[in-house]
Amino acid sequence: MNPIMQAPTIEYGTLAPMLLVFGAAVLGVLVEAFAPRYLRKVMQVPLTLVSLGGAFALVLVQVIMRGAPTEAVAMGAVAVDGPALFIWGVILVLSFVCVLLVNDEGHFVASAAAVPGSADEEEAEAAGGGHTEIYPLLLFAVGGMMLFPAAHDLLTMFVGLEVMSLPLYLMCGLARRRRLLSQESSMKYFLLGAFSSAFFLYGTAMLYGYAGTVSLPGINKALAGGALLDPLLLIGFAMLGVGLLFKIGAAPFQAWKPDVYQGAPTPITALMASGTLVAAMGAVLRVFWVGLGNLDWNWRPVMWAVAALTMIVGAVLAITQTDIKRMLAYSSIAHAGFLLIGVMATFDKSQQNAGSLSAILFYLLVYSFTTVGAFAIVTMVRDPGGEAGHLSRWAGLGKRSPLLAGVFAFFLLAFAGIPLTSGFFGKYAVFAAALASGSESGDSLGGWMTGLVVLGVVASAVAAFFYVRVIVLMFFSEPAADGPSIAEPSMGTVAVIAVAALVTVGVGLFPQPMLDVAHQAAANLFIR
Amino acid sequence: MESPVEIVQHTAGGVIGVSWLMIAFPLLGAAILLILGRKTDRWGHLLGVAMSLASFVVAVLAFFELLGLSAEQRRQAVHLYEFIPGMADMGLLIDPLSISFALLITGVGSLIHIYSIGYMSHDPDRRRFFSYLNLFVAAMLLLVLADNYLGLFIGWEGVGLASYLLIGFWQFKPSAAVAAKKAFVVNRVGDFGLLVGMFIMWSATGTFAFAELSEKAGGLSQPMVTAIGLLLLLGACGKSAQLPLQSWLLDAMEGPTPVSALIHAATMVTAGVYLVVRSGAFFFPEGSPQALAVAIVGAATLLAGAIIGCAKDDIKKGLAGSTMSQIGYMMLGAGLGPAGYAFAIGHLITHGFFKADMFLGAGSVMHGMNDEVDMRKYGALRKYMPITFVTFMVGYLAIIGFPLLSGYFTKDGIIETAVEHNQVLGWLAVIGAGITGFYMSRMIFMTFFGEKRWAEDAHPHESPTVMTVPLIILSIGSIFLGGYLILSNRLMLWLAPAVGRPEELPQFHFASTPGLATLALVAVGAAYAWMKYGRAEVPAVQPRGSFLTTFARRDLYGDALNESLFMRPGQWLTRIAVFFDNRGIDGVVNGLAAGIGGTSGRLRRIQTGFARTYALSILIGAALLTGALLLVGNI
Repeated sequence: MNPIMQAPTIEYGTLAPMLLVFGAAVLGVLVEAFAPRYLRKVMQVPLTLVSLGGAFALVLVQVIMRGAPTEAVAMGAVAVDGPALFIWGVILVLSFVCVLLVNDEGHFVASAAAVPGSADEEEAEAAGGGHTEIYPLLLFAVGGMMLFPAAHDLLTMFVGLEVMSLPLYLMCGLARRRRLLSQESSMKYFLLGAFSSAFFLYGTAMLYGYAGTVSLPGINKALAGGALLDPLLLIGFAMLGVGLLFKIGAAPFQAWKPDVYQGAPTPITALMASGTLVAAMGAVLRVFWVGLGNLDWNWRPVMWAVAALTMIVGAVLAITQTDIKRMLAYSSIAHAGFLLIGVMATFDKSQQNAGSLSAILFYLLVYSFTTVGAFAIVTMVRDPGGEAGHLSRWAGLGKRSPLLAGVFAFFLLAFAGIPLTSGFFGKYAVFAAALASGSESGDSLGGWMTGLVVLGVVASAVAAFFYVRVIVLMFFSEPAADGPSIAEPSMGTVAVIAVAALVTVGVGLFPQPMLDVAHQAAANLFIR
Repeated sequence: MESPVEIVQHTAGGVIGVSWLMIAFPLLGAAILLILGRKTDRWGHLLGVAMSLASFVVAVLAFFELLGLSAEQRRQAVHLYEFIPGMADMGLLIDPLSISFALLITGVGSLIHIYSIGYMSHDPDRRRFFSYLNLFVAAMLLLVLADNYLGLFIGWEGVGLASYLLIGFWQFKPSAAVAAKKAFVVNRVGDFGLLVGMFIMWSATGTFAFAELSEKAGGLSQPMVTAIGLLLLLGACGKSAQLPLQSWLLDAMEGPTPVSALIHAATMVTAGVYLVVRSGAFFFPEGSPQALAVAIVGAATLLAGAIIGCAKDDIKKGLAGSTMSQIGYMMLGAGLGPAGYAFAIGHLITHGFFKADMFLGAGSVMHGMNDEVDMRKYGALRKYMPITFVTFMVGYLAIIGFPLLSGYFTKDGIIETAVEHNQVLGWLAVIGAGITGFYMSRMIFMTFFGEKRWAEDAHPHESPTVMTVPLIILSIGSIFLGGYLILSNRLMLWLAPAVGRPEELPQFHFASTPGLATLALVAVGAAYAWMKYGRAEVPAVQPRGSFLTTFARRDLYGDALNESLFMRPGQWLTRIAVFFDNRGIDGVVNGLAAGIGGTSGRLRRIQTGFARTYALSILIGAALLTGALLLVGNI
């Protein structure tokens, strides 16, 4: 009798970084369950940091000792290829940095379940200590972020998506100040996230109906021989696209971003604005590249419109924002649009486009570090009732705290893409790659790509306005008499800002080493 | 004529391989002092000095390593990293020209750092001062060491920034703030020229690198080369305070005196000369119109600067006029092709020593006289400040070209080469030397001789050792350096791999016609100064003076000229532009801005805050996406 089911083979070595993070998360849950309250933080913080650092070390070992594998692992469910390893490395460093921010006292509520303003809450506050559950939650989210872009079939990708998102929904509601806003953001994020997940799942089902498989290369193979105009395929693809574009916050699926970014505790916002974006962008790239590579002429005009709309909506709406976190959220939307330009470039017919893939990876790296640095600074500018979110409170900050305002101004300039900051080279790489792919293809596509890049430059100019406006506000306005206080930063926060500033300056002055790394990662391309 | 040797890629390790340390040390110093801020107040100045000295040590070691190579190997390009992919690499060029500059910048720079410890000891912001000085040294080294125009330009702007910050160091004085702004704005005109020159260079050759330009520049058309050359000259005029962009230098004396010595006498203002000599092989071929333009600008400025120097009562402004004039000599030399390069660079180096010597001497005098700068309130100081007096005298004798001192050899070299190439410019330079003899003697007599004309609370005293030792070292250089460099053509042979040299080596004549004429005119000038300011009494209040004196006092009406030629018409132009701008362009731009803002405001209302609205927008988006895909698929 044949065995009914074969035991799956799991390549533990290749998957070690992800398994380490998940393992540590499970261990964290056990700590929450069994360790006494006063010991939890002491145990959770080192556990989290060591596991993230260890996972990063494992990624390095993998890259140096063995190079990226060329076969999908875990029965074809996960592909740990060059881009995936690069994205893992970036996510691990970013989450390590974000944990340092999380670790700072005072961001998280003592008891999330208590009704805001109730006696229960006061009691929990008096008892002291925050939620230490935040650490295992964060580790689960990071594990999901690693699985999401590395998944090689749509179901695994969906699991990654949910493992990443569920802890984030929770963590959004844990802000200590402005509880209602925080809970509202959590609720919204959860509802809309569930909605978009449904789209993703529906798209997966449709594609399964078309191709008879959920594996990405399998779908691509079916495309090569099958009918390209099958409604099943097109609808499935559109639904899948909605789910993915929601996660990167592309228009018209961006509405959640400002509300959630504003309400969530700022360290979590930093994690979402950097780690989630990197992971989701990686997943977008993999789906379009591996799963739908043979469909490219169909989705191009639609994607073109999405990229254009995203840039415009992000840049234009940011102008009238009055809250610093909302402004950064819209800025993040605009940057997602710039990244989508790169995505357009990556799927050129010639397929000789490791260059544009590396440009996107590079952009992700530089943008996410600058973002974390900017949010870290936001955590430090405080009013009696919490962070000073309203932009008017930032007036004259340059006179009260020149160093802080100077670094923030520098980050803003990097967002705007001013030369000698990393942001300049990020934009330059993506735009140049887009132009190159346009001119390579030679047909009418070239003109469309050029048009998109022009639109990107115009959107950058509009975006520069609101970045510079904050700088003007900080340095050329009189400070308010009862202006916000600058919190004495913990070592962790200082380290975060320093790392972000170093990356922004360093890559701005010497982009080549980082470009080389990105290029190396992209040279292997995705496993197909 | 022999052309420069080819640039070779540096492969072996050694000090040349790590020559970037020269830039890194002071840059690190500046970064530490600026970032850590007040925490470094106690030891900041020492760090600044240490970083500058470390840079000097690297320069010396690299110099000796270069000396050990054969002449064909003496242009070493050190590749650092790819700067803008596909456009420019960042690298350093270590060759005799750049290393000579590096030695001057770090050597004199270190001495001035040390001097500043004493000079700025009472200033609460001494640490900030040293951070800017370090920043300057780093930028200046990048300017001269970069192996391409892009790196040079970054250094060029870096020194401009440092100069701005240091001129306005005492920004609480309105005059200092205005002077800093003026220097910045005037330099912008020059930088614009340099930038446009680089644009043309790039579009014509596709490269900024010296190594590639030496191959490709030969293929350019004549008008193209002339255009680039003239635009680079405009840049050089701005940085080196040459006519017509000279007006900022005199005002720049508002900065602390060590700054005037380092930046506005010894190093930064000579960057223009460096630019011309470095570009010589590509854009200033011998006998070309643009090379002639360089020489003419030099000759005109050397006269203008000398005339201005005659009428100034402010000791630092007198020296500033003299700096303009001396850089004019260098420019003149640089416009004469390879025959003049060695003398121009030689004069640049010796000038770096004797002018820094005199500026620091002036600073020492001011230090003892409660920061008084008016020479009419000095007099008879030689007895009270003996070391300052002797060192200043050495600098004085060097600059007027007293036989066998440094300035004698280098200036005479320029004058003789100029007379050989172009009689008119050559003899103008001779006349300029005579005027130099007058105004420098005037300065000496007014300051150190004659009667006391001090303010009542003045108690002149010699400066501390930390200030006098640099003076002594600089004056030793002012005595011997010129002869060492020029006799037996040491400097010319040393620089030949980098800038080329004439086929026939010049012979130094001690008794040539122009040389003797120069000496005679200098003697006349000095004697006239003795009659007017040595023997006769110096009025403590400035007399009205003749038309010519006023002309010189008002900087040859340079500012007035700028105002009536550029500022007023510029203002009118602006008004007209504003008029049309308000009616036409602004309407469009404001309309656009208002449109974007209005759109933003309207779009913002879609962001209602209700999850149901957001979900609806997602649904509509999904429907659109699906519809569009189906539509596109079926076309």
